[in-house]
Amino acid sequence: MKYIKFFLVGTIFGIVMSKAEIISWYRIYEMFKFQSFHMYGIIGSAVLFGMISMLLFKKKMVKTFEGEEIHVAPKKEGLYRNLLGGILFGLGWALAGACPGPMFVLIGKGVISILVVIFGATLGAFFYGVYKDKLPH
Amino acid sequence: MDFITQPWEWYVAGPIISFVMFLLYYFGERFGVSSNLETFCSIGGAGKFVNYFKIEWRDNLWNLIFIAGAIAGGFISSNYLTTTDAVAISPHTVQDLADIGIMNAGQTYLPDEIFSIDTMLSLKGFSILIIAGFLVGFGARWAGGCTSGHAIVGLSNLELPSLIAVIGFFIGGLVMTWFILPLIF
Repeated sequence: MKYIKFFLVGTIFGIVMSKAEIISWYRIYEMFKFQSFHMYGIIGSAVLFGMISMLLFKKKMVKTFEGEEIHVAPKKEGLYRNLLGGILFGLGWALAGACPGPMFVLIGKGVISILVVIFGATLGAFFYGVYKDKLPH
Repeated sequence: MDFITQPWEWYVAGPIISFVMFLLYYFGERFGVSSNLETFCSIGGAGKFVNYFKIEWRDNLWNLIFIAGAIAGGFISSNYLTTTDAVAISPHTVQDLADIGIMNAGQTYLPDEIFSIDTMLSLKGFSILIIAGFLVGFGARWAGGCTSGHAIVGLSNLELPSLIAVIGFFIGGLVMTWFILPLIF
């Protein structure tokens, strides 16, 4: 029972990703070509509303449904990890036309070939785990 | 029903995505999709070889359920809430894509030149799909987040590491789109 709410939130996520065409390869290409405001509007407005959420969490005006304070874990510092990891991610994002969320939504759309991309992504995460200590962070 | 079946505008989608993030924190968890890739590794037994994957994956079960919901959402949306597969991208984008060899851009949801079954079964097509995925997975875990964890949560929380990561996302994305994609097709 405890997990049904996560399934439902995921369903909302999947529907909006699909309906706003965020899972379309073309929208990502168009974004990186600066030929439409669509993706910038989506990310920008999500961040703007996200800031309000963060403020509500920090001011303790919103707690979890169980009444606990919400702490958003800080991201790890480090120029190399964030910049180099980010660049590799960006190369893949523009090639696949999908970041991890949309990859899963595309399964629901019935796109068989996205399974190869997800397999590649899992392989990538595995190799990061293997070579983690040799990489600059 | 028209407002449901037509494509949703950015000012509808952005706030809903933000609400999804809000709900995940309200339910005591967080918003980050790419960490599921590590969970897959742990479930697959990667912890036997690499300590990094020795985690109690059941702690992340909620996130796997979340992406299962996302798959269901994709199914519901494409089967019941959408009447056309066309994507109304800019005419400039259609022209640019034709110039690099991707035809009929926007008439289908995804380019056949990358995602059709025939392409997937060719060596070149398969390689593109797997390399694209590999870069996303490796890069996201190195950076410690993807579009959800860094671009949405991190930027909302005014995190400097996330700003750096998002700048990285754009450097990589621009290099791929402007310089590498034209060479591939």
